[in-house]
Amino acid sequence: MMLVDFSIDIPSGEQNMASKYETVIGLEIHAELSTNSKLFCNCEVKFGSAANTQTCPICLGMPGVLPVMNQRAVEYSTRAALGLNCKIASYSKFDRKNYFYPDLPKGYQISQYDLPLAYDGYVDYELDGETKRVRINRIHLEEDAGKLVHADVTGNPNQSYVDFNRSCVPLLEIVSEPDLRSPEEAIAYWRAVKEILEYVEISDCNMEEGSFRCDANISLRPVGSKELGTRTELKNKNSFQHVLTALEYEEKRQARILDEGGEVIQETVLFDINTGRTASMRSKEEAHDYRYFPEPDLVPFEVDAAEVERIRASLPELPAERRQRFVAEYGIPAYDAEFLTATRQMADFFDETAHLSGDPKASSNWIMGDLSGLLNNAGIEIQDTQVTPDHLSELIQLINDQIISGKIAKSVLPDVFETGNPPKQIVDEKGLSQISDASAIESIVDQVIKENPGPAQDYRDGTQKAIGFLVGQVMKATRGKANPQMVNQLLQQKLSG
Amino acid sequence: MPLYELTAHELHEKLKAREITAVELTQSMYHRIGAVEEQIDGYLTLTEEGALESAAVADEGFQRGDEMPPLAGIPIAIKDVICTKGVLTTCGSKILGNFVSPYDATVMTKLHQQGAVMLGKTNMDEFAMGSSTENSAYQTTRNPWNLETIPGGSSGGSSAVVAAGAAICSLGSDTGGSIRQPAALCGVVGMKPTYGRVSRFGLVAFASSLDQIGPFSKDVTDCALVLNAICGHDPMDSTSADVPVPDFTKCLINDLEGVKIGIPKEYFTAGIDSEIEESVRSAIAVLQGAGATIEEVSLPHTDYAMATYYIIAPAEASANLARYDGVRYGFRATNADELGDMYRQTRSQGFGEEVKRRIMLGTYALSSGYYDAYYLKAQQVRTLIKSDFDDAFEKVDVVVTPTSPTAAFKIGERTADPLQMYLSDVLTTPANLAGLPGISIPCGLTSDDLPIGLQILAAPFEEEKILRAAYTFEQNTDHHRKRPKLSSK
Ligand SMILES: [Zn+2]
Repeated sequence: MMLVDFSIDIPSGEQNMASKYETVIGLEIHAELSTNSKLFCNCEVKFGSAANTQTCPICLGMPGVLPVMNQRAVEYSTRAALGLNCKIASYSKFDRKNYFYPDLPKGYQISQYDLPLAYDGYVDYELDGETKRVRINRIHLEEDAGKLVHADVTGNPNQSYVDFNRSCVPLLEIVSEPDLRSPEEAIAYWRAVKEILEYVEISDCNMEEGSFRCDANISLRPVGSKELGTRTELKNKNSFQHVLTALEYEEKRQARILDEGGEVIQETVLFDINTGRTASMRSKEEAHDYRYFPEPDLVPFEVDAAEVERIRASLPELPAERRQRFVAEYGIPAYDAEFLTATRQMADFFDETAHLSGDPKASSNWIMGDLSGLLNNAGIEIQDTQVTPDHLSELIQLINDQIISGKIAKSVLPDVFETGNPPKQIVDEKGLSQISDASAIESIVDQVIKENPGPAQDYRDGTQKAIGFLVGQVMKATRGKANPQMVNQLLQQKLSG
Repeated sequence: MPLYELTAHELHEKLKAREITAVELTQSMYHRIGAVEEQIDGYLTLTEEGALESAAVADEGFQRGDEMPPLAGIPIAIKDVICTKGVLTTCGSKILGNFVSPYDATVMTKLHQQGAVMLGKTNMDEFAMGSSTENSAYQTTRNPWNLETIPGGSSGGSSAVVAAGAAICSLGSDTGGSIRQPAALCGVVGMKPTYGRVSRFGLVAFASSLDQIGPFSKDVTDCALVLNAICGHDPMDSTSADVPVPDFTKCLINDLEGVKIGIPKEYFTAGIDSEIEESVRSAIAVLQGAGATIEEVSLPHTDYAMATYYIIAPAEASANLARYDGVRYGFRATNADELGDMYRQTRSQGFGEEVKRRIMLGTYALSSGYYDAYYLKAQQVRTLIKSDFDDAFEKVDVVVTPTSPTAAFKIGERTADPLQMYLSDVLTTPANLAGLPGISIPCGLTSDDLPIGLQILAAPFEEEKILRAAYTFEQNTDHHRKRPKLSSK
């Protein structure tokens, strides 16, 4: 598993805490489903629209409106749940979660309480070369709330506004068991879930746009203890780095409290990005009683077994399976497989290129090397480039058929990237194909030997490496188009003759 | 006979024969409203301009000789709990005092399609919570039969305007008896259809699992015509039933041969006014005379209906009314200095006493630690009440009872005692808990000349059996023809 290397300033003198306590972390991951319309109304879901333009009486919580469930959201949720190895409930219902907040138009959120749509799943993820498993307690579907807009945006310090475009957008909540034992594990698991949701194409998991967020709870207990310690919660995070920093800070803070014989208070803590520290909210909101009860405006629903099987059959190969297959089928290193499965699109690209070219290792090298370099420079994803698996396999074949050298190929790929033209066309138009005709090269070889009597004599006298200089001169004279192997052979013949 | 005394089906004949125009009819209704409204105070909002436009459209159809729907050009009043696009929809509450609905309820769309003419919005107990319409934030509606008495509630405005001839028909909503009880007290026909029969989309929710829209009219035929217009599955309401809707006028048969009528003994106990029991007993005799067989049935969990209702309805209401928070629409308190205070002030000032009482009752019933003992237990009892009815309807076609234990009471008589007020609905709440259809039809007058109502209930989606029994009763009596003696000013 690739992990971004965050450089974090860890306060010294507390490293030994880790050995005394075991860290226990659970995550609640929220992913917005990428359905075209909202969960309970027909409003379009589109990020970045002007405030309150994607609203209707239903998602504004007007008097008298009723929710009608978007069947597509249930299908998407089922896809996600199967991708996360969950069981699908045969009977499920919605409940009202009651609380007041200006971004919550009805004064309650339609969510699921005791009969979630999926339960009992797991995710396998890799960390430091080890495969680990996190159990998933439940997955439920709920509606998102609106978004508050404060003075920093409006310029008016005395008023805040609410944008309800996001209100009622379908949100999947994935609740893990407290199986994570370090902040790094939490992030690795979170990434694995993101990868799976992207693979099954139910969420774009765009963290900047807030469509993929998580709440984390963390507690410590003495090593060997089976009982869970008192936990604190971090809410609504949409950055891996923030969560990692916040959890690491909490881990140390709680350890210090326990060391001093104190008690951790169960509460939600706020994380300050600037200081890298958490702070207590110490608010009365802590005593929330959400007074859940069954949503009387919606009827309980069922996803029948045949539908579940149909969805299961339509699922793509998931990242973990795919990694294993890449190693087994293509004989590429595990590291390559890990890199290539980071997104479904890249894995698809590799799969196709490997098939077409018949050279998986070369395909992998090109994607991980030159192509990734071009993508990074342009700041785009693999699905957005003009380079296709057809192009790349053609390029690999041109090398393998000795029509161009690897070095020439490296100059052809940026051309393909820029123009979208097939490599062969570029090679032909620019006259880049290698000269593999011995008679055409022979005269140039003769010429080079004549012009460089010193190195020629050195070689004859036994200085093997002198031939390298002569090969270079031939390649220079042919502007790189001569087949280097053939040049080498010809030079050897001439000089030993 | 003045036009306002006629029924919708009688007026339809006159419109069709072009003896009158819809515009003339509408104008005459506003004239009548002008004459009696000062005494009744049944309307919160009058929509004369829109009404005359609708009437003119209907007239064009009649003049072209088109096949016009039965409610085309018929002046109808709408309870102010039903959303009407571009028109104030206050729910009798200060908190929605300035709320103009941006959309039409499904029933309004259906009435517009029929060409019905909306006269205005009627007074009600705030958010439909009450049995006398005294809980309106705006005015006290008086019973046309005796201006010192209440018209019943919560749809008291809708029942009073029909009784007073200030509307031909009207729509109300019934959560625990809010159509049937005021119909009984005002001497008109009022029906709550089966839960799921009429779309609730656009009906401002009181208790979502109990609320149902239904008509008030002067006779059973008009009731059937309005039902024909408003019933039917609505994709906008997940709880609306996807079942075929019959033509309800087809079951208006003056004959009860082979029909079995059940008399639940638990509905004839202490607390029922003797004049009312007498009147209902003689009504049962009329039904028997028309061919029905009468048998006693038992609904053993009836005693628990009130307690069950007063847990479930407030619990749902506590969530349904949470949206009135001063943030997006409606009343917002101006004296608040932070968010929590804005909520508290807005809701303290915006809601009336009874609404606040029920929000608190419901919040308590749903609270952690009390949920199992109250809400969950109430849901279990609700199931028992429903199965009582299931058992009864295995034996009989309809069940007949009094609608209200007493006739209209004096204004102010019960406002100080909420429990006494709640007892007004003791005979009507079980049908809501069981989701059954029920009607109240006039079956006599007390010695004080106050109307008495007969309640007829049937199994879910068997409105036709109710209408047939009610129609037969009407054809064999003349209670429905009695009108209050209102003095026009
Ligand atoms: Zn919407």
